Amino acid sequence: MSVALKDRSMVLQKEMIANHFERLARAPETGEPVVYTFVPGNLTELIRSFGALPVLPEINALQSGMRKLSGEYIAEAERAGHSEDVCTYVKCDIGMMRSGNIGPGGKKLPKPDLLLLSYTGCYTFMKWFELLREEYDCPTVMFHVPYQGDGKLEPEHREYMLRQLREQVIPALEKATGRKYDEEKLRHHLALSAIAEEDLVAVLQAGKKRPSPIDGYFGTVYYVGPIFSAFRGTQEGVDYYRALREEVEERAMLGLGPITPEGPLEGEKYRLVVEGPPNWTHFRDFWKMFADEKAVVVASTYTKVGGTYDFGFRHDPNDPLGTLADYCSGCYTNLNLPSRIDMICQYIKEYEADGFLINSVKSCNSFSAGQLMILREVEKRTGIPGAFIESDLVDPRYFSAANIKNRLESYFQMIDARRAGKTP
Amino acid sequence: MATRVDGGMGAPMARGAVVEWARDIYDDLDFTVVRQWLEEHPKSKAGGYLPVYAPREVLHATGFLPVGIHGGGDRLEIIRGDAFYQSYICHLPRSVIELAQSGRLDMLSAVLFPSTCDVIRNLSGIWKLLYPDVYVRYVDVPQIPDPGAAAEFWAGELRRLLDDLGDVTGHRPTDEELRRSIALYNETRKMIRTLYAARRERPWDVPTEELYLLLRAGESVAPEEFIARARQYLAAVAADPKRQRDNSRVVIVGAFCEQPPLGLIKSIERAGCYIVDDDFLLGNRFLTHDVPTDGDPVRALADAFIRNDMKSSVLYEIDPGGKRSLMANRVAAANADGIIFATPSFCDPALLDQPMLRNGAEKAGIPCIAFKYAENTGQFQQFREQAGTFADSIKLWGAA
Ligand code: SF4
Ligand code: SF4
Repeated sequence: MSVALKDRSMVLQKEMIANHFERLARAPETGEPVVYTFVPGNLTELIRSFGALPVLPEINALQSGMRKLSGEYIAEAERAGHSEDVCTYVKCDIGMMRSGNIGPGGKKLPKPDLLLLSYTGCYTFMKWFELLREEYDCPTVMFHVPYQGDGKLEPEHREYMLRQLREQVIPALEKATGRKYDEEKLRHHLALSAIAEEDLVAVLQAGKKRPSPIDGYFGTVYYVGPIFSAFRGTQEGVDYYRALREEVEERAMLGLGPITPEGPLEGEKYRLVVEGPPNWTHFRDFWKMFADEKAVVVASTYTKVGGTYDFGFRHDPNDPLGTLADYCSGCYTNLNLPSRIDMICQYIKEYEADGFLINSVKSCNSFSAGQLMILREVEKRTGIPGAFIESDLVDPRYFSAANIKNRLESYFQMIDARRAGKTP
Repeated sequence: MATRVDGGMGAPMARGAVVEWARDIYDDLDFTVVRQWLEEHPKSKAGGYLPVYAPREVLHATGFLPVGIHGGGDRLEIIRGDAFYQSYICHLPRSVIELAQSGRLDMLSAVLFPSTCDVIRNLSGIWKLLYPDVYVRYVDVPQIPDPGAAAEFWAGELRRLLDDLGDVTGHRPTDEELRRSIALYNETRKMIRTLYAARRERPWDVPTEELYLLLRAGESVAPEEFIARARQYLAAVAADPKRQRDNSRVVIVGAFCEQPPLGLIKSIERAGCYIVDDDFLLGNRFLTHDVPTDGDPVRALADAFIRNDMKSSVLYEIDPGGKRSLMANRVAAANADGIIFATPSFCDPALLDQPMLRNGAEKAGIPCIAFKYAENTGQFQQFREQAGTFADSIKLWGAA
């Protein structure tokens, strides 16, 4: 991230990620096992307890988007027969692999020793790893996380997950890594997770302050990066979130707004809640459209895809496998539409938002199918009109800057008019 | 217009009459047959299910008429549905919402949303919000064929469904009643397998247009009625053999959820292709073997799903070579010459699977073509040309 101010947390994050990719690049020599898995429902502590390194293909894809490589990768996958209609993360990943598998660190990514298909909240995950299995010819283990169709985790669903962990996932990890399951190690990692999660929640909830010292969407996708990927349950993760929390609390104490690509944002004018993933190919331009209007996102749902910690969940070292099941089940995309709506309405109220916006991405049915219903329902319940814009995750063909800018400008004008009492 | 020889279900009926009976049901987006059935069975209710697999036996045993909800096809103008879905989402959910918002599904007291994809999954949430008085359940089928945890999980889901649906109708079925429903659906699936075998053997006698209409009707009527009509149809076919043409034999792959318009099926057939296998309305034959009718019936249903050998894009493929070999196996089983991948636009399961399936097919030397449709596609010329060229090229290669 190239922003005006480089805080300690940012330096730390950069180092952590660089080291991680360095370790991954050297894994074929060092023999460190590599496990690919997904962000929602990632079992990072379990993977780490086996001494394995996680690779998150979604993170690689979004990084490719930010580095403007995704367009070519997607074209490569489409040339190989992948449909233009499906999730562009998958195509970006496959295109990257076919183009030499050079990861975000600029180094070659190792092949997986295991594909841990944590089937949590997204149908595409299943196909993605079936597709990768075709390319890598490596073992794959499916971990089926039941969807919270009725808005809660049923006890028998939890039991089902526990059995799968014991009977399928752990044996697969044992086989892939050549190491025995060590519950004490797992507890150790889970305890570290809980510490970091506590600090992360303090950061997220700083968005309630006026002015908000964070941007709860654009800025927070960086903040959640470590905990959503390889660093939950690690000491680096703990250090990062402690540093971040201190910085955010300091900013809050000083009454400062968030740091944006253009520098610190002063004079917060609009407070928004955002639903849906961001666009990565034009991430800075997208953010700037908000920052230019002095609009700050105070909370977002996308930053909960890797865990809904702000609703109280913490990994619990006293119930090592049970807590993993609880974690997976609670990831945002595993929640049903009514629960998502409740969450957005709660954010609007608690974070005192003036508006909410949905960024609907073409790629993602898990998020997008039903968002127009979410829009209506949230409008109905909160009395606040919402904005709806469309883009994509990593396909640059679907980012129309002019359209989005226009849409945003008129939305902000509408908020102004409402404030002035000109519209009901 | 075919004349009806006999409206009764036991007596012979002309082929055309059975087909017209089925076509009337297919065309009728008000689900009049379902409404009539409810009038005749005042203690029962109607329970809908979306594609692909829903345990109809459970609906049936709890006193529901199971009703397949397959969208409005090209027969429905979308007025309200587009306000619910962005342009890059498949067509099926918007026509299902259209049917519902226009009151055409108001006879359903329960709707099941199988774990087919995230669109259907999220539609379950929309339904909960729009129709709070209707019983709605997302039916999350197990993803691995594990006789332990997965079978236990699925048995638990089935028990919950039995309890919940029983609450809706006020009828908690005994084990014996559930076994009877299982037996009835075993018979239904057997009949569908017979129809498919007849078409595979003599596709000139069992055009897919007719077979498809019959199956669609079967999604709205009681299983006994479907079985009786199918019997009449088979008898009429046997009595009225047609002339074999020099057509190519193709398998249609990818049309398991949003259904192609009938015109598309006809176009493929008229272009010189015999459709000898397909995945239309796949849920009606998802279980490939009979479910045992002894022992614990819930466990029997659960184990049948786990042991099932149906391969589908909506389930995880545990066999690493499974996707590569699937098309060759299907083509061999159907004695087909080629594959038409006909998939709904924006359909994740079908389109994400396609590169794997097609790769396997092409490696096995099977000719393939692919196109996308929407259920409301109205122009078939391009499909007809594509399928015609395909059929011709198969014949050429076959002769070479
Ligand atoms: S469909 Fe959505 S949740 Fe699934 S992999 Fe793509 S972006 Fe992620
Ligand atoms: S057509 Fe495909 S994407 Fe659409 S609801 Fe059906 S399975 Fe899902």
